[in-house]
Amino acid sequence: MRVQGKQNIWKEYQKEIADDKYFYVRSCVRQNFFPGSEVTFLRILREVLGKNIFEHPCHTTCTGIGYHGDIVPFDTLMTIVARQFSLMTESGFENFVPSCITSFGIYTEVLDTWEHFPEAEEKVRNYLKKATGREFKIPGNLAHASDIIYKFRKEIAAKSKFKLINRNTGMPLKVVEHIGCHYAKMFPDKGVGGAEYPYVLTGMVEEWGGEVIDYPERRHCCGFGFRQYLVQANRGYSLACSYKKFESMAPYKPDIIITNCPGCPMFLDRWQYVINEMEGKKYGENGQGIPVFTYEEVAGLVLGYNPWDIGLQMHQISCEPVLDKIGIPYDIESKYKV
Amino acid sequence: MINFGYTLPSDRQIVYDKNNRETATFLRSKEPTFNSCIQCGTCTATCSAACFTDFNFRKLLLLVNRGETFEIIQELQKCMLCGKCLLVCPRNVNTRNILLNLRLYYAF
Amino acid sequence: MKSSKKVVTIGGGIAGMEASSFLAAMGYDVTLLEKAGELGGHLAKWEKLFPTMRLGKEVLNFLSQGIYENVKVLCNAFIERIDRELDDFRIYLADGKVLEANAILVTTGYDLFDARKKEEYGYGIYDNVITSADLEEFFSSGKEIRTASGKTPASVGFVHCVGSRDQKIGNVYCSKVCCVTAVKQSIELKEKLSDVKIFCFYMDMRMYGMHFEALYKEAQEKWGVQFIRGRVSEACENSDGSILVKVEDTLAGRPMRLTVDMLVLMVGFVPSEGTKKIGNMLNLEFGPNRFFKTRDQHVLTNVSNVKGVFFAGACTAPKEITHAITDARAAASTIASYLEQNSVEKRTI
Repeated sequence: MRVQGKQNIWKEYQKEIADDKYFYVRSCVRQNFFPGSEVTFLRILREVLGKNIFEHPCHTTCTGIGYHGDIVPFDTLMTIVARQFSLMTESGFENFVPSCITSFGIYTEVLDTWEHFPEAEEKVRNYLKKATGREFKIPGNLAHASDIIYKFRKEIAAKSKFKLINRNTGMPLKVVEHIGCHYAKMFPDKGVGGAEYPYVLTGMVEEWGGEVIDYPERRHCCGFGFRQYLVQANRGYSLACSYKKFESMAPYKPDIIITNCPGCPMFLDRWQYVINEMEGKKYGENGQGIPVFTYEEVAGLVLGYNPWDIGLQMHQISCEPVLDKIGIPYDIESKYKV
Repeated sequence: MINFGYTLPSDRQIVYDKNNRETATFLRSKEPTFNSCIQCGTCTATCSAACFTDFNFRKLLLLVNRGETFEIIQELQKCMLCGKCLLVCPRNVNTRNILLNLRLYYAF
Repeated sequence: MKSSKKVVTIGGGIAGMEASSFLAAMGYDVTLLEKAGELGGHLAKWEKLFPTMRLGKEVLNFLSQGIYENVKVLCNAFIERIDRELDDFRIYLADGKVLEANAILVTTGYDLFDARKKEEYGYGIYDNVITSADLEEFFSSGKEIRTASGKTPASVGFVHCVGSRDQKIGNVYCSKVCCVTAVKQSIELKEKLSDVKIFCFYMDMRMYGMHFEALYKEAQEKWGVQFIRGRVSEACENSDGSILVKVEDTLAGRPMRLTVDMLVLMVGFVPSEGTKKIGNMLNLEFGPNRFFKTRDQHVLTNVSNVKGVFFAGACTAPKEITHAITDARAAASTIASYLEQNSVEKRTI
């Protein structure tokens, strides 16, 4: 493998990421899945990077989950997206930062639609005006929250207390990076590093001391898929996708998996338990699973945050072996204390 | 085992690395034109059996070549050995000899 | 019969050499400009040629025999500017030379598609993904065929249509030579490594030339090369450096994955940098595929939109050697009829 080859591709896919004054929109599901992640993101931006980041209490779901579940029509979705933009406009911001990858995909898709079909934008402006009396401006900059952390990965590294290094061996942790499908597969030039060799998480991992492994099923979907997961009888189909990925990454003995999507860490984490129940297989060391983290959690760990403050107790796969490996102290007694 | 209300479906991919290609090797040794097939489908278009069953000689050759031979025995029974496929093949694949050898290989 | 009329040929590949030879034989004063240090273009890099397995250097030697004293060859020639004076041209070279021409023949040819643009195949990233030109380099140099880690490959895959028939990278045309080159190279690999398993992943086998189909059949029947109809969607690297290929076996109607020790990308033709440069200098028209646009697709295939400027070879479309040679001879007679104002010049369509 020649990293130089990847670097050449990474150079081709650099996107503009605003450096301050963010309008942050949360994910609908992340606060249930891994509730510490978004809190950690806000904390890092405000406390470590000193940025102005604003959340609006009237923000709702982007309805992407309903759109992909075939229950929300595209016109409705566009109008709701327009309403989120109006909240941003009213609040005096222009840099729009979604927490969710599917939302990011939705916003990108809607903006691209409006660019190619201005009449669709006009129609939606009209709908929004009639329904709510609101108006909006197109965001000056649209970046996923992981793009922001990517942009400031060096600043975070400079203030880090820990590195993604195995303190027993001195070797970098082997990291599987898993990018949410809607980050760049639909619009490769909207993702840092493109779609085939995305750099957004790799950049963080490398900067914080880890080593990314490139395994054959790296590009495969985690299996979330929306309607596939939502119908119980189809859920095995979701499971099979994750299973395929684990089988493919196992020979590389990854220490952790890092993700930037709401669904992926949930599924890659919980399915390891289900696969163990169904197939009797575990993919980590010493009869454990492979811990799956969000990039905010990893950033929080690197910055020395208390693992229970960033929500690692919410994971199915225990994080303690990895914390031990890095040398991050934790109080096991307080893991589940409220 | 816990019943989760769903199962882990198997992969539909042809996993060539793991397939057993002994049948193909055997056929090639008996009938070299086995490899000359270009999958044009003339054999299946003219096939007496294909009109009434799902027998597909083109696909049979392909799957043998890929080592996907799990259901081959049922397939072989459908051929009426009428010889029309031999007549039409543009690559002169000896379809009859291939089928007879397949029957021999699977011993019936 | 010596003529005082001057022709300058730009590009010393197959077409440029052959057209210059014929024009010189007709008595014209011909100068052949080549940007590289020697003549031969891409041909010099190919060891054996389809479909006969003749050595490329035999053809090159044949072409060179035509370049006798009436053809002035200028290698390492870099054109800075071309001026037009009525129907004639003045060509300024970087070394200060100025050439006059009554007609210009553009034979600027093609470049091979840059396989790195098909990111999903990992050329330039995965060590065991190479191009057809890289494989030919193994053959030409006589080096043993080895993977990056020095192992004799047990299996090799050939991916057809890399950079051809692909709207995603902006090349919708067929490059014509890649299918048969894959067949040729498969056979050569089998000759060198008898145990190697070979897979060709194709969309259509475009065996249009005389003897191409026979070569394809030989590859199947004699050498056991496996042809799998389906376009490779991605190549990934396994932990041992081998390459995992994902493809649909479209004839089985199922996705497929298989491992090869080496993956060869059959890179297609793109208009050369020289074609772009000379085209812009002379205000030549480009077609929708960015090759030069000929005045007519059927009958004026050597004629450009600029009076006195003609084309031959792969600068107008991908061509195999045989076609490039016949095209060059056609260009020579077209130029002669232009310079002599023969009655055939006056036909219209």
